[in-house]
Amino acid sequence: MSRIAVKKDKIKKGYKLLGKIVKNNYQLALMSLPLIIYLFIFRYLPMVGTVVAFKDYRYDRGILGSDWIGFKNFEFFFKSADAVRITFNTLSYNIAFIVLGTIINVAIALLLNEVYNKYAIKLYQTVMFIPHFMSWVVVAFIVYAFVSPAYGMMGQIQTMMGKESVNLFTKPELWRGILIGTGIWKWMGFSVLINYAVLISIDPSYYEAAKIDGASKFRIVRNISIPFLIPVILIQFILAVGRIFYADFGLFYQVPQNAPMLYKTTDVIDTYVFRALMEYGDIGISSAVGLFQSFVGMLLVIAANRTVKSIREEDALF
Amino acid sequence: MLALNQKKFKLSLALIHLFFILLCIIFIIPMISLLSISFSSESDIIDFGYRLIPRSFSIESYNFVFNNPKQIISSYRLTLFVTLAGTFLSMFIMLMCAYALSRKKFILRNVLSLFIFFTMIFNGGLVSSYILVTQYLRLRNTLWILILWGLVNVWYVFVLRTFIQGISESIIESAFIDGASEFKIFASLILPLSKPSIATIGLFMLLQYWNEWMPALLYITKPHLFPLQYLLQRTLQNLEEILRNMDKMPGNAIDYKVPSESVRMAMAVVAAGPMLMVMPFFQKYFVRGMTIGAVKG
Repeated sequence: MSRIAVKKDKIKKGYKLLGKIVKNNYQLALMSLPLIIYLFIFRYLPMVGTVVAFKDYRYDRGILGSDWIGFKNFEFFFKSADAVRITFNTLSYNIAFIVLGTIINVAIALLLNEVYNKYAIKLYQTVMFIPHFMSWVVVAFIVYAFVSPAYGMMGQIQTMMGKESVNLFTKPELWRGILIGTGIWKWMGFSVLINYAVLISIDPSYYEAAKIDGASKFRIVRNISIPFLIPVILIQFILAVGRIFYADFGLFYQVPQNAPMLYKTTDVIDTYVFRALMEYGDIGISSAVGLFQSFVGMLLVIAANRTVKSIREEDALF
Repeated sequence: MLALNQKKFKLSLALIHLFFILLCIIFIIPMISLLSISFSSESDIIDFGYRLIPRSFSIESYNFVFNNPKQIISSYRLTLFVTLAGTFLSMFIMLMCAYALSRKKFILRNVLSLFIFFTMIFNGGLVSSYILVTQYLRLRNTLWILILWGLVNVWYVFVLRTFIQGISESIIESAFIDGASEFKIFASLILPLSKPSIATIGLFMLLQYWNEWMPALLYITKPHLFPLQYLLQRTLQNLEEILRNMDKMPGNAIDYKVPSESVRMAMAVVAAGPMLMVMPFFQKYFVRGMTIGAVKG
């Protein structure tokens, strides 16, 4: 066979292989296409769109046509008093949720694991799960029933105890507690269930062996239950740390009803970006803050994951 | 000694039950208060405030909500449509992709996983999506944005993939040898076999769409496109405006006094009710979905 013939043969084989690859994969590719297109338009295009943070955006000129202004938007934001306030609020609320939430939800899951009556377990779980099915709007109504200045039940309780009832919408310092409490209340059913599902998957023979050895309840929890919970706690922890710069917009927008009097303690990055965009139409500031949030958020996810990986390789998320 | 131990044991168990009963009360009181207020008469609320137990039982607020239904009915209908259409479309798209990702021989599998996964780590933020939707896609005040806004949840795609991977590869391969196409395998094998996972994620999506208000807050200004939750939000912050719209109803006496305080709460009950009544029955699916979701993707 001449060299040319060999080459032709190779090319032929190459095409055949390519044909085979296409034939084996085109259907699967087609099936994933709708999702790819969706993510491309609604997730990747906005990523490209973040360049707007470095531009003096004008509606008539579009993102590409507007002038570059470097870091001016960021400078403007970081020099304002708002930057400290919303960053501090967002971080402190999230730390409170991570610490308090983890302690409370793990403790409740451990207690639930001590209950043996099937019906009681089901009842407690269902009741704790109710808020999960409600939107933040409905939760805001519920909170309002307690804190409404004119008719709220908190005011009535205060009057009953002989104190003067205060208008909570003029007391920003009380809202930290209200918001943290509301958040934990709404998410509790979900988190407890995750932890509890791990606890009931533990092989009962561990407990039996410990009991035979005469271990106290406290030691059993510390040496068996908690070690089994740690992977799940860690995964929730990475996810939470990765989102430490994000606040649940629903909680912080709907529950305080966007009341300007309360911004001091209720304003977080997400509500700030929303207001800057929708109420003041300030594309520059809102996009700069948004990008700051996304970027730091990304770094934090990677860092948190790396930390977990260095401690417990198998529990890292990626 | 043993008896003493058992006594101690019983006491601690009783304390645990007591704790959970108190906890349940904390969870139930808010719901009861919502219901109570909605069943209170307006004059009672004005005289005595919101009450955990209504002083008198009145259904005037519900009468108002259901007799002046223009806006509420239209929001209900819209929400129902968006919820069903959105869930259906979302499940279809996510399932097809999850199936492709589950096939080990799929050559784009890793690239595609990365493409999908990256959207979990970094996002473009509110502003650029807002500009995209309003200036380029021109989806403001359309039904489409209500459906498209939360159409794909990347986490669920991975959960579904994990579910589908649990189906034995050999079944798929044998169908393949019989000459079935991937579409055929997907439709006639994978879908029936993954009913539990479809139920689980489908419920999550159903709940998400029903409770959605964010896309409306951002992109909807026309009342005929208000979803239920968004209508509710506007009611809390600005009831008068909604009521004014209602008063345009023919046959509505102008001097009719609106029981505005209880109407608010009645509307919240009407909006939250369906999900609260349906969802507890599907709780076991939620538990399953979450435990799989907690396993890394």
